[in-house]
Amino acid sequence: MDTLFNNLDLFALGFQNTLLLFAVSAVFALGIGIVVGAMRVSPVPVMRAFGTLYVNLVRNTPLTLLMFFFAFGYPKLHLVQLPYTTLAIIALSIYTATYVAEVLRSGFNTVPTGQAEAARAIGLPFAQTMTLVIMPQAFRAVIPPMMSVFIALLKNTTVAAGFSVAEAGAIRANLSERGEPAIVVLLWVALFFVILVGVLSVLQRYLERRWKVLR
Amino acid sequence: MEPTESAPATSNITVRRGEPLVVVKDVNKNFGDLHVLKNINTVVTRGEVVVVIGPSGSGKSTLCRAINRLETIDSGSITIDGQALPAEGKALARLRADVGMVFQSFNLFAHKTVLDNVTLGPIKVRGLSRAAAEEKAMALLERVGVANQAHKMPAQLSGGQQQRVAIARALAMNPKVILLDEPTSALDPEMINEVLEVMIDLANDGMTMIVVTHEMGFARKAANRVIFMADGEIIEETTPEHFFTDPQTDRAKDFLSKLITH
Repeated sequence: MDTLFNNLDLFALGFQNTLLLFAVSAVFALGIGIVVGAMRVSPVPVMRAFGTLYVNLVRNTPLTLLMFFFAFGYPKLHLVQLPYTTLAIIALSIYTATYVAEVLRSGFNTVPTGQAEAARAIGLPFAQTMTLVIMPQAFRAVIPPMMSVFIALLKNTTVAAGFSVAEAGAIRANLSERGEPAIVVLLWVALFFVILVGVLSVLQRYLERRWKVLR
Repeated sequence: MEPTESAPATSNITVRRGEPLVVVKDVNKNFGDLHVLKNINTVVTRGEVVVVIGPSGSGKSTLCRAINRLETIDSGSITIDGQALPAEGKALARLRADVGMVFQSFNLFAHKTVLDNVTLGPIKVRGLSRAAAEEKAMALLERVGVANQAHKMPAQLSGGQQQRVAIARALAMNPKVILLDEPTSALDPEMINEVLEVMIDLANDGMTMIVVTHEMGFARKAANRVIFMADGEIIEETTPEHFFTDPQTDRAKDFLSKLITH
């Protein structure tokens, strides 16, 4: 307990940053993922090709390498200089977006093709066919895997610790300098992660119940 | 054909009957090695009801779906009201709004109520206000006899009711032509008639219709012309009376004999 209460400042800062990384990246990942997922089922071949290329390229790159690129490669490009936190958010977003896109695509496939055909037949353009007809029906099926993606994102935020972002994964290293026993610190960090993931699981159950009554 | 006096209640036909509306010219399509449409040529005029009949695998559904480009074609051309089918995009969506489609498996939007199924197109595509779209939708649902089901979900309706809603959904767009792709094939026998009655009513009202069906009763009562297809080709094209009583080809005779014995 002392380990926690004597260093509450660091724990608070760490998890605050973790939540920040998570929340912002989740929003961007969802946004990019929806666009890329839709591209992958687009009737226009160029769109499909781009979506496939993006997913295969980024998803097949380890997150650490992606972080390396943004933390060390990007500043060398001498574009707009961005803080490490922003770079970490970019890396997490475009990485997680590939998983979001694939989860969504599996969800689109659960919706019978006749639904899309009927939507197109009344003259809805592709974007509205997706947002008004396909996605509302697909979301129900993708909630469980989508939550797994977001839970993975939450835990992936700790990779940013290796690149000078003071989030939860960095707590141990900092506390070691204060002379705290590493294993106790790690257990506390783990406990907080379990609680955060628990919150996501509750959200998942809520969404599943909410979307179920739709049909 | 005789010019009609005024536009029928359900369609936006403002021009005379008898003008070419759907023109299918030298259309070919392959599914891999399978040549499903072979040099198809036909013209459907305004106000005409055409029944496409033929054994399964004859290409009749493919032809029907090609007319609003749910299937692409490999060569030839299809024009609707003088306009060639555009490539995928906004123009195609606009054109599809003018071509109603009714599917074998109804394809009502499963997450929307019956009323919302009918109002979706008018609101999102035609830009009608919700109130105007709902008023129109209720009138159409009344017409097809399912107004009392308006606030139910599609899954709560019988097949016959769902198909009638699907017809109302197509009509809500004020289409120039309606394509019906085996509209009664997925229905229980006792539900077929309620759908056929709606279709006959529509035909009598002057709607241009292309109907893929095996319902000879409908063809006799409502069709101006029968197109008999087999193996991707149009084999016969004549009046229903002539086709059913005096088929010219062995292929058609063979097909009709099988229909009658079942």
